[in-house]
Amino acid sequence: MKLDINGTQYDVDLPDDTPLLWVLRDELGLTGTKFGCGLALCGACTVHIDGQPGRACVTPVSSLAGRKVTTIEAIGADPVGKVVQAAWVDAGVPQCGYCQAGQIMSATALLKGKPKPTDADIDAAMAGNICRCGTYGRIRAAIKQASGAKGGAA
Amino acid sequence: MSTPLDLVPHAVSADEGLLIENVSRRRFIQQASALGGLVLAVGYPAVLRAEDPPKYGADGMPHGWIDSPLVFVSIAEDGIVTIVCHRSEMGQGVRTGMPMIVADELEADWSRVRVAQAPGDEVKYGNQDTDGSRSTRHFFMPMRRCGAAARQMLEAAAAAEWKVPVGEVEAKFGEVIHRPTGRKLGYGALAKAAASLPVPSADAIRLKNPSQFRYIGTGKLKPVDAGAIVVGRAQYAMDMWAKGMLFAVIARPQVYGGKVVSFDDTEAKKVPGVVGVVPIEPTPGAPQFNPLGGVAVIAKNTWAAIQGRKALKIVWDDGPNADYDSAAYRKTLEAAAGKPGKVVRNEGDVTAAMGSAAKKIEAQYYLPHLAHASMEAPAAAAVLANGKCEVWGCFQSPQAARDLVAKRLGLPVENVTVHVTLLGGGFGRKSKPDFGIEAALLAKSVEGRPVKVVWTRDDDLHNDYFHTVSVEHLEAGVDAKGHPVAWLHRSVAPTIVSTFDAKAVQEANWELGMGVINVPFAIPNIRIENPEAQAHTRIGWFRSVSNIPHAFAVQSFVAELAAAAKRDPKDYLLEVIGPPRVVSPQMLSDTWNHGESPERYPVDTGRLRRVAELAAKEARWGRKLPKGHGLGIAAHYSFVSYVAAVVEVAVDAKGELTIPRVDIAIDCGATVNPDRVRAQMEGACVMGVGVATLGEISFKNGRAQQDNFDTYQVTRMPGAPREIRVHIVPGDYAKPMGGVGEPGVPPIPPALCNAIFAATGKRIRNLPIGDQLKA
Repeated sequence: MKLDINGTQYDVDLPDDTPLLWVLRDELGLTGTKFGCGLALCGACTVHIDGQPGRACVTPVSSLAGRKVTTIEAIGADPVGKVVQAAWVDAGVPQCGYCQAGQIMSATALLKGKPKPTDADIDAAMAGNICRCGTYGRIRAAIKQASGAKGGAA
Repeated sequence: MSTPLDLVPHAVSADEGLLIENVSRRRFIQQASALGGLVLAVGYPAVLRAEDPPKYGADGMPHGWIDSPLVFVSIAEDGIVTIVCHRSEMGQGVRTGMPMIVADELEADWSRVRVAQAPGDEVKYGNQDTDGSRSTRHFFMPMRRCGAAARQMLEAAAAAEWKVPVGEVEAKFGEVIHRPTGRKLGYGALAKAAASLPVPSADAIRLKNPSQFRYIGTGKLKPVDAGAIVVGRAQYAMDMWAKGMLFAVIARPQVYGGKVVSFDDTEAKKVPGVVGVVPIEPTPGAPQFNPLGGVAVIAKNTWAAIQGRKALKIVWDDGPNADYDSAAYRKTLEAAAGKPGKVVRNEGDVTAAMGSAAKKIEAQYYLPHLAHASMEAPAAAAVLANGKCEVWGCFQSPQAARDLVAKRLGLPVENVTVHVTLLGGGFGRKSKPDFGIEAALLAKSVEGRPVKVVWTRDDDLHNDYFHTVSVEHLEAGVDAKGHPVAWLHRSVAPTIVSTFDAKAVQEANWELGMGVINVPFAIPNIRIENPEAQAHTRIGWFRSVSNIPHAFAVQSFVAELAAAAKRDPKDYLLEVIGPPRVVSPQMLSDTWNHGESPERYPVDTGRLRRVAELAAKEARWGRKLPKGHGLGIAAHYSFVSYVAAVVEVAVDAKGELTIPRVDIAIDCGATVNPDRVRAQMEGACVMGVGVATLGEISFKNGRAQQDNFDTYQVTRMPGAPREIRVHIVPGDYAKPMGGVGEPGVPPIPPALCNAIFAATGKRIRNLPIGDQLKA
């Protein structure tokens, strides 16, 4: 099976139902995409599939033929992703940091679709991403900063 | 955007592959050799011991403290300063805070500082148990001395090089300057000579005047790992990876005390990718920090291991707790709370005062079990080869992990190396290194190959060291004005001690000292009782521990008394706290005092009043609110810090709860990294909201009923307070510091429920709130 991950072609030989998460983490050593729940309940494993946010823990590899997967390791190559990452550091968002890869992937997808999101847009886009350290306030601030709402450059 | 990413990560970057850049032997020895390669066996200098009685603070912890720069600081010839952090990073910012203290006294240029993580080795580094909100208050002074000593060694080396009196030279921002001539030498050029000089004795160390601090107290430095985190390169235990690594999950007994009778692995072994099935023997006696036992499935990837585990056929003996039902157990606790129990504090004559009181008021509060549910479930990797075991894990207590791995494998402790990865949350769960021992046992079964044990979310929720379950019974007798003259509190909860001694049924002094006996209230007659409670599941520390039920009950009850007296809850709370005074913990029957000296750390009701007043002022207490909104206040003393919160809630016609704003005030003494203090308070508000509104682990037939984040709910962005305003009381570096990681949590649930009462007239006595507000 051929996979396009961050622009690199990989050939993997695994059962069709193997979730992308475990291919990334265990087979390819791309451990930036995190395991949090395994049931698309926490968002820690969020990646982009053809530019749309998706949960790698419930995405079987067999569904990815001909599709492009982007992970946290490569989202900085995207201009919006890069701005989001910088805003995250600037706002001091991460505490333990474990969920933040998924948060950044969700936030980047939001801002690519809606460069000036409202608070309600942010709630809707980010509600699927749990942060047990409770960094939600700073996540919201960083998204607004990245969107240019507080003077940053989107 | 103001912060270029490549300037941010001060953390030593992680190598590809298995190793986080710990103080790996190669690198550390190499760098230490730049300082002469010596490791001074620094004990407890008598002169310093005198200022801090040995039983208390860091001195009271296993292996105490070490302050030698030869242990914590290395300087390479290019001037890069590597500072070792010996405490575990779980989001509290310790990998930034500890090195920052050293760097400040060292006059290091932070942009040229790298942070290395110490392996578990308390003889070398001092105590490493990262819990109890202790790191900064215990290690502020040792780390200052460490940095100052290194600075003085560099100054002495420069003075010798220039053949000038040491009084003429001064270390400043990575260089030593000869003041009369303006000559300069960089730290890199001086490191080798400095390393051959003696470490200054304790009485010769010159600490900075706090007014000269460059980093401490400014809150300007970004967390060292932030840059690696946002690009997905930060390494947690769950991320340990090497080519050829094996992955394991374990089927553990679902009931506390259960064990495997027999198992059939025929189908499991047919799952593609599964390479082996290994039973793990349970540990006899109380669980302590040991694995629960079970059956492990080892595979080429985690998914295959999970599929293999599903295919196992296991016959379990559920053991003595097979009937544990938390709904039935609640009735047992309530019955116990209705009868007298062991008296653990007694002042005046509560019975007589109740009898003559104008009015008697009582209330009972219930708080269920909670699971930590750190976003990274427990995980550890290990490899065993040539009689040596190396373990990588998200450990809050790496020395315990090392000792227990050595014991279980029958190896000398020096043959076991425990590396501490970043922790994807800890909250007390990762103080228990059972998962590290599991990894080591599996490493033994596949000797020579690295293997990683992954806990899935259902493992984490089913086999946690759960937060206790509690019934808190309160009675007060009040006078004609509604002021309490008698106070009776019965706290009934299975104790954490039961995890170490199955017979224990009474709360320990350190559980009672978390806000039940040590309420510093101006009430003449006080009796605190602790009826017995038998544990039926594995109980452990959860961020702020017994303070959660105690503060919820006490601070809710004070608000109930205020309502009964038709008084303003803030004014009434201040009246119950009474006038500012310094109270000895012994006067409150608190023999623990968070492990701190009662002389250095008395209870100061003035500080408790001040945070309550500050939170109220900042929240504009008494302001006119929209319909359906309410303000609630609570103040609590824990981990030798004082925290108060004012929560604003909005409850709509359908009973939908939102939290527009929280004002939280903390007095933890002086701060090292105020931005991280703010972050901890913000996080504590969110976790406190989760505890109050959603958190519950229930048991049926001995089994935890929640499997994942659908049934065990935690706060998500829309449920979190929309605005959290943190107010830090300025402190004095000459005075003792307080804790920060935990004390923000306890006031939140009662302040929230007091706000709900103000908004709706509905009093919440049972957590979680769940659907209780729904029409």
